[in-house]
Amino acid sequence: MKETIRIGCGAGFSGDRLEPAIILAQQGQLDYLVLECLAERTIALAQKRKRQNPALGYDPLLERRIECLLPHLLANNVRLITNMGAANPLAAAEVIVSIAKRLGLNITIAVVTGDDIFGLLTGHEISLETSKPLREAGPLISANAYLGADAILPALATSASIIITGRVADPSLFVAPLVHEFGWSLDEADRIGQATVIGHLLECAGQLTGGYFADPGKKDIPDMAHLGHPFADVSTDGTAIFGKVAGTGGTLNVATAKEQLLYEVMDPSRYMTPDVVADFTKVSLEEIGPNQVKATGGQGQSRPNTLKVSVGYNAGFVGEGEISYAGSNALGRAKLAGSIIQERLQNQFTDLRIDFMGSTSVHRTSFGEHPDQYEIRLRVAGKAATFEQASLVGEEVEALYTNGPAGGGGARKYVHEVVGIVSTFLGRDRINPQVTLFQS
Amino acid sequence: MTIKLYDIAHSRAGDKGNTLTLSLIPYKPEDYPLICEKVTASAVSYHFRDLVLGEITRYELPNLPALQFVCQQALSGGVTTSLTIDTHGKSLSYALLEMSIDNEL
Repeated sequence: MKETIRIGCGAGFSGDRLEPAIILAQQGQLDYLVLECLAERTIALAQKRKRQNPALGYDPLLERRIECLLPHLLANNVRLITNMGAANPLAAAEVIVSIAKRLGLNITIAVVTGDDIFGLLTGHEISLETSKPLREAGPLISANAYLGADAILPALATSASIIITGRVADPSLFVAPLVHEFGWSLDEADRIGQATVIGHLLECAGQLTGGYFADPGKKDIPDMAHLGHPFADVSTDGTAIFGKVAGTGGTLNVATAKEQLLYEVMDPSRYMTPDVVADFTKVSLEEIGPNQVKATGGQGQSRPNTLKVSVGYNAGFVGEGEISYAGSNALGRAKLAGSIIQERLQNQFTDLRIDFMGSTSVHRTSFGEHPDQYEIRLRVAGKAATFEQASLVGEEVEALYTNGPAGGGGARKYVHEVVGIVSTFLGRDRINPQVTLFQS
Repeated sequence: MTIKLYDIAHSRAGDKGNTLTLSLIPYKPEDYPLICEKVTASAVSYHFRDLVLGEITRYELPNLPALQFVCQQALSGGVTTSLTIDTHGKSLSYALLEMSIDNEL
């Protein structure tokens, strides 16, 4: 058994850059590379793509990512773990097989399925968000349970060099290889709590190395155009030392690690995953060298008996329209335009929002005193049950050209279909993860 | 003297459904007692009175040191159905840092 395992994270969301993962696979001296590419929203959208075409529903960047990474992964003996399977991990494996064949490479791919539990859903389950039955949210279109490290372990026990999953809790992608390599038990709550701290710090990739951190003059980060992504050297006792590949941009220090440790965390003493209820309140972060942070002290209590399920539903359509005003009294003219739209549409939309971009659009208010802006963009958004109704918003805004205040320009209109997300819990005994092997 | 939180701390926002999380991390650990004293859950609720419709809970993390705020009903319904520009509420960390406090304990 190795004394230390190095795990890198090469993507923190579906749209992440490709280059940092390639650098990690090439020069990172990794044992494992994880690509975390699935958000609450992403899986429901992937389910929609799968319904339109049963061969799709996996991550849109899958082909590009695998094509660049595969030769480096095999040359350097790095195993890849990723949730890029999204709504269709089996189809994702077929795509990887065809890429490997084209490149003349022999590989085994393990697919973890079982997260799609739409068939088990009655619609009477209670939504965590509304405390009402799920079916009241709208027509249900998808349901994916967050699987844990236990679902990935059988895949790691095979010879597969690529493990591809659908919905898995983000930290579990990192907990699984640690448990597999070190022979830890999933019942050792403190160990799994520390493994979850490691996974949570790594899962957003660049957010640990200075991405989403910089504020010029206040929090400066060097060479962000070439931001590198992080890895962790984890010892058998769970101590983790985080670092990044020499020569890449960014910074990894205690401040970047603190922001990431608390990112999207509700109660820091009870961070719930399928593997453990982790406790972050004793975590210690220590800078032990340039771009080197040591993390210890993660704890936990035994894993929950239920798994969280993300449920997608059809939430109708959103229509948007925008138009700009600039120069003297730009805000005054934009406000007049907004009031015209308000009067024309208020009886047809229960939920209509009017923003003055450049003034109050982002925080609905502006904190403190700020001088008037030179330019203002009016933005109107409204929810509707049908595409046609939603289109009215943009049409009315466009009509401001000849029916509204002076000097409006650059009108744009958009309509998009909305997938809503609600959540519920399901007993873990009702969920049966499976592993399927593919060979190229 | 009145100072802005921006002068002494940094923050990152996160989202879970319609719930917003905001960290508040002092640049200098010695400012932790000051923010504990001044940046209470009720002070933050008042600061965000136009945005956050639900309860705000504060968690203390002396081990980092840092504070964490969990704000319910803060994201106009959540990332997929909100009509706002910033549907994740990612920019709201800077709305928290706009808050002013008296810098004497």
